[in-house]
Amino acid sequence: MEAVFAVVVGIFFAFAIYLMLSKHTIRILLGVAIMGNAVNLLLFASGRITKEVPPIIPPAGDILGAGAANPLPQALILTAIVISFSFFAFLLVLAYRAYQDLNTDNTDEMRLAEPEDQPLPPLGY
Amino acid sequence: MAAATSLPEAELAKALVMEPVEPSHWLIILPIAWCIMFGAVLIALRKSTDRQPLIALPGLGGLVLMTGLLLKVVVDNGPITMTMGRWLPPFGIAFTVDIMGALFAFAGAIAALAAGIYALKEVDSSSRRYGFYPFLLLMMAGVTGAFLTGDIFNLYVWFEVLLIASFGLLILGSEHEQIDGAMKYAILNLMGTTLFLIATGYLYSIFGTLNMADIAVRSKEMTDAAPLMTLASLYLLAFAMKAAAFPVNFWLPASYHTPRVAVAGVFAGLLTKVGVYALIRTLIMLLPAGHRELGFVLELVAASTMIVGVLGALAQNDARRMFGYLVISGIGVMLAGIALGTQDALSGAVFYALHSMIAMLAIYLLGGVANKLSGTHELSWMGGLYGKSPLSAVFALAIFFSIAGLPPFSGFWPKVMLVKASFESQDWWLAGTILLTGFLTTITLGRFFALAWWRPGLAGQAGETLPAKMDTSAMIAVAALVVVITGFGVLPNGLMALTDKAAEGVLNPAAYIQSVFPEGAPEQ
Repeated sequence: MEAVFAVVVGIFFAFAIYLMLSKHTIRILLGVAIMGNAVNLLLFASGRITKEVPPIIPPAGDILGAGAANPLPQALILTAIVISFSFFAFLLVLAYRAYQDLNTDNTDEMRLAEPEDQPLPPLGY
Repeated sequence: MAAATSLPEAELAKALVMEPVEPSHWLIILPIAWCIMFGAVLIALRKSTDRQPLIALPGLGGLVLMTGLLLKVVVDNGPITMTMGRWLPPFGIAFTVDIMGALFAFAGAIAALAAGIYALKEVDSSSRRYGFYPFLLLMMAGVTGAFLTGDIFNLYVWFEVLLIASFGLLILGSEHEQIDGAMKYAILNLMGTTLFLIATGYLYSIFGTLNMADIAVRSKEMTDAAPLMTLASLYLLAFAMKAAAFPVNFWLPASYHTPRVAVAGVFAGLLTKVGVYALIRTLIMLLPAGHRELGFVLELVAASTMIVGVLGALAQNDARRMFGYLVISGIGVMLAGIALGTQDALSGAVFYALHSMIAMLAIYLLGGVANKLSGTHELSWMGGLYGKSPLSAVFALAIFFSIAGLPPFSGFWPKVMLVKASFESQDWWLAGTILLTGFLTTITLGRFFALAWWRPGLAGQAGETLPAKMDTSAMIAVAALVVVITGFGVLPNGLMALTDKAAEGVLNPAAYIQSVFPEGAPEQ
């Protein structure tokens, strides 16, 4: 099971990195979204992956049964999902705003903050 | 909970903290709760822009007091721990404060207060309505939380808190330049924290714990170097990105010159230093074996960061971009201390980080003052500032000497410590790089001073018609920071003793672990 997850996570990362190498902000953002999911799956696999034994302590005992799912990675993923979702929402708005204001979604042309023809500082006075 | 209380007391004590929390331990969580509370109140009051500073400044002042008190408690009694939700560590999330964390938090609070005072005039009412003060307080919650937490996943969460607040601060005003800078800043920083999260996922699968004290114990017992090396490399990349170390530094000069001066100053002072702090925590305290393996890589990164930073600064015509490159070069100096990893070197790195928090904020604020007087940020157009405001020339010299590492200012001592430590480790070339960087920084800042302060005002200069009167609040903020850097330059002994202790506490975290696990670390 872990091996399958490892391959899936690898494919996700490959897609994410490929998209993020693009010049266009919207593709970069899609890459960011996929990367967030890749990380979540990675966290999930870093606990232990088991089938059908929920991490609930039975009424009679005080410890989890053998082979129960690990609840901690799930808590971590939940936090990470919330964070990556809110960041993605913010980035989408920012990218849209950048497209409106700068009239481009090509990162090569976003040179407003760093103009290409900046002069060198004066050498004397 | 109802089922749990029916258990006998003795069994509960194995899982829960049974004694009430000591009053002084509330100080650990208080600064963070305080910042969040003030941030929330300020968001509610964001439309009454006149009242905002009246609430925010006492809030920041309170933060300075609380973190100062926390530092005193930690210095007197050693590291202290508070566990959230009473669950015993390593299951409950622990906040553990040692001297290093408290020192960083205290310096950060001072920097935030100074920036808040400077912003009184600089941030106008429309920017206040966009939420300058709430974001500042919420970012301080994230920064302070990152310095005080004792749980590595919790550290990630605080990173995200400070990051999202910093996005808000960065695009305050929504100018085109800011949107452009924010795009690069946001995506690359998100990448950095995602790398941090990946590393943390691997760390959990290797150690099965997220508590820093627990990890420190277990990584010492671990004999297999390969996983530790992987973790250390991933953390190095993630935090180097946050700290803007070469070759992952390009987001910083792309964005730090676009926001308001007060915002850029706080960013330059605090955010990169959070990355440096996290590097020290993870590489030195948690994964010392990985740090030993990566020592040479770290030295190369440190040296190239210093040189690339200062060469970038030499080539800039825009004063704010020059400051951005100086921040990067300063990060290189701290990384040199981390790379060497001896107690003296680490003590120097911590001292330099604290100095840099104050001095980098000061130089940005000074840049704001120079801009007000001359009406431009460009070196080729600045001039005649000495004639307009001799006081600003005094401040400028103090700040420039401090950043270049000349006595008698605070930048001198950590550089002495680092050069000495590199000679002791026989890394003469690293010592040479630190000295060369200091020399080039002196040239950069000396030229800035000559052009902007000594050169007579230029005809047709934008500032020709500007009044020479400076805002009192801006001058007070710069003056306070100058007093701090001069004070620690003239009397460095007290701070040096503290950073020595901080470095010792990180290299040998026995007291830290003892504070989290009073009865010894749990068996695996």
